[in-house]
Amino acid sequence: MKAAVCFLIVTTGALLVRFAVASEQQYNFKAGDVSLQHWLMPVRMDEPKDNKQTAQRIALGKMLFFDPRLGRNKNISCATCHNPLLGWSDGLPVGQGHQGVPLPRATPALYNTGFNVLQMWDGRKRSLEDQALAPMAADTEMNVDFDQMISFINSFPEYRAAFKTAYSEGVTKEKIAKALASFERTIVSDNSPFDDWIKGDASALTGDQIAGFKLFVDAEKGNCAVCHNPPNFTDNGFHNIGLKVAREKPDLGRYHIRKVAVLKGAFKTPSLRSIAKSAPFFHDGTAKNLAQVMDHYLQDFTHNKGVSPALKTIKLTAQEKQQIIAFLHSLSDRNEIPTLPVLPQ
Amino acid sequence: MRFLILISSFLISTLCAAQEYEVEQKNKMFSVKEITLKKGDTVHFKNSDKIFHNVFSLSDTQFFDLGSYPKGESRAVKFETPGKVEVECAIHPQMYMVIDVKE
Repeated sequence: MKAAVCFLIVTTGALLVRFAVASEQQYNFKAGDVSLQHWLMPVRMDEPKDNKQTAQRIALGKMLFFDPRLGRNKNISCATCHNPLLGWSDGLPVGQGHQGVPLPRATPALYNTGFNVLQMWDGRKRSLEDQALAPMAADTEMNVDFDQMISFINSFPEYRAAFKTAYSEGVTKEKIAKALASFERTIVSDNSPFDDWIKGDASALTGDQIAGFKLFVDAEKGNCAVCHNPPNFTDNGFHNIGLKVAREKPDLGRYHIRKVAVLKGAFKTPSLRSIAKSAPFFHDGTAKNLAQVMDHYLQDFTHNKGVSPALKTIKLTAQEKQQIIAFLHSLSDRNEIPTLPVLPQ
Repeated sequence: MRFLILISSFLISTLCAAQEYEVEQKNKMFSVKEITLKKGDTVHFKNSDKIFHNVFSLSDTQFFDLGSYPKGESRAVKFETPGKVEVECAIHPQMYMVIDVKE
């Protein structure tokens, strides 16, 4: 028995050491270095077993995504708020829904959303299929009457044929959600100058951008990577980042979903890939640009009791701040905006 | 089971009713996905990551919130009620495990 206990302890100890080495490795900041490779996005994205990606499903999803006639007043589509010309967001501090009514939170950019563990700022939706119908159903957003919408879609032979080809005969809410999710999984940011540099192109980043990357991952300087982890620049976690909130009716964020103290005012860590394309920033859209984002994190959080324990007070020179911003610009993807679909008339 | 460290000696545990277990939080995962223990046993949740974790359960069987704590710290929960207890990290929702408490 003693031998068994010793074996267990020794084996576990060895494994712990191995993991410690793997997670605390030091970076060698040279283009293509092996220590940096975990910043590259995976080649493939996980798909649900019952909704594998096909060209037909993606094409159908794209039509539905861009069709403004699906909204109750036939003038609002998914793309109204998730506009590819504005980084798959809307350029507004907070979204505007049905009849232009302001929504409580900013429109999240859709880059790499298929890699998210949970969807929405508060993580209330588990999958893209689960999420897709929520803004449609919300009376403050697309305010869709689903029977009316399905009847509308069914009135076009092209749509009926597209559903049959992609899934099977008949238009259903479930198939609409699946097709939208299939299209959203194609919105990927993995082809930036930063990616080229990680792959070995030493000329892909400027000196300031490389310096900004060093500051970004340095826990004693920018401390950004504590939450913006590789490869998608997110820990898929929820944090209260100390944004000022209205005292009368604060948005408690993730706390609405999980009643745990640390989640009061906590929101999902957004990916930073292609982040420069989707200003303004934060869940409440209060940072107009990346400089204001940096200014927020340069505050003294010492006396803010509700703030995430991941945050700590950081000090950067004006030059270092600009270098981190320059680095963030290097995360902008160069993939072309998809061609717009031809909608059935 | 390979990461589960039984910190009490097996020899001692055969003489005592209650056992103590350690579950690690490492690389944003719990070291086990499911464990079965007996009523009265204690689990020590140790944070071995460089980042904070916040272990909690909202299960009907047993509710607890261990708060946020950094690398190297460990907080314990004694399981007194038989049933399944779903355990998560509040900060990192991908961290999930089940503790099956037997009579």
